[in-house]
Amino acid sequence: MKDNINNWLNEHGDYLYRFALARLKDPHHAKDAVQETMLAAIKNNSYEGESAVRTWLTGILKHKIIDLQRKQIREQPVSDIIDLDNSDTSMDDFFDQSGHWLERQTLNMPDGSLEQKQFLTILDACINKLPAKLKAIFMLRDVQEVENENICKELNITATNAWVMLYRARMGLRKCLELNWS
Amino acid sequence: MPTCKQASKLISMSLDRPLSWSEKMQLKLHLLICTPCRRFKKQLKLLAVALKLRRTMIENDQDIKLPLDVKNRILQAKESGSMQKPV
Repeated sequence: MKDNINNWLNEHGDYLYRFALARLKDPHHAKDAVQETMLAAIKNNSYEGESAVRTWLTGILKHKIIDLQRKQIREQPVSDIIDLDNSDTSMDDFFDQSGHWLERQTLNMPDGSLEQKQFLTILDACINKLPAKLKAIFMLRDVQEVENENICKELNITATNAWVMLYRARMGLRKCLELNWS
Repeated sequence: MPTCKQASKLISMSLDRPLSWSEKMQLKLHLLICTPCRRFKKQLKLLAVALKLRRTMIENDQDIKLPLDVKNRILQAKESGSMQKPV
């Protein structure tokens, strides 16, 4: 068993860490996710050799990532979500009173590869600037591509709440990109 | 005819659920006459592409390794049979 763990860590540890980092952003959380995955794998030892070890471990990791995100979201005050029901008044940064854009939407996304790298750095910084709860749901939906239905179930929120939160996250992100890119 | 505010919300929601027939029609009409909303729609699409690219780049970045302290903690926990919270 000990040999197994050593092998797993050597062969799949880096991969699992990168997988977690791409979805959680925070290295501490990514470390947690990998550690919990490995320990769960040791404990349950449910691997039956039907799939590749990496696929099996990645499956466990996916659950651990969502667990961590759920925890992060639950630790936020509930009022954040309730405020969102009143989304009409909270979009004043983007629209005038008659519902027209305040800005001309001039953001140009990059095409060249050097530009791309710089753009991704700014994208990362902008994701980090989102309010914690919006960031978490955004990471679930737009980065991990978890189905909306599952997000609502996991986070115990209504579909309408989820749509509004994602709308606000995307609006905020787009605005941050516009300010810091182009 | 929806306002830009309503149209932008429909554009965002179309990424999360299928729009109803009437929502689709309203949005189509609005997009016909509204350049900023057309741009907004395109930007959200490009954002999705950028996010995928970002994910792939991290996943394939061979310079990113599992930190040694995590490896050691996992091996230790295995030895002692208990689990230590990472710092």
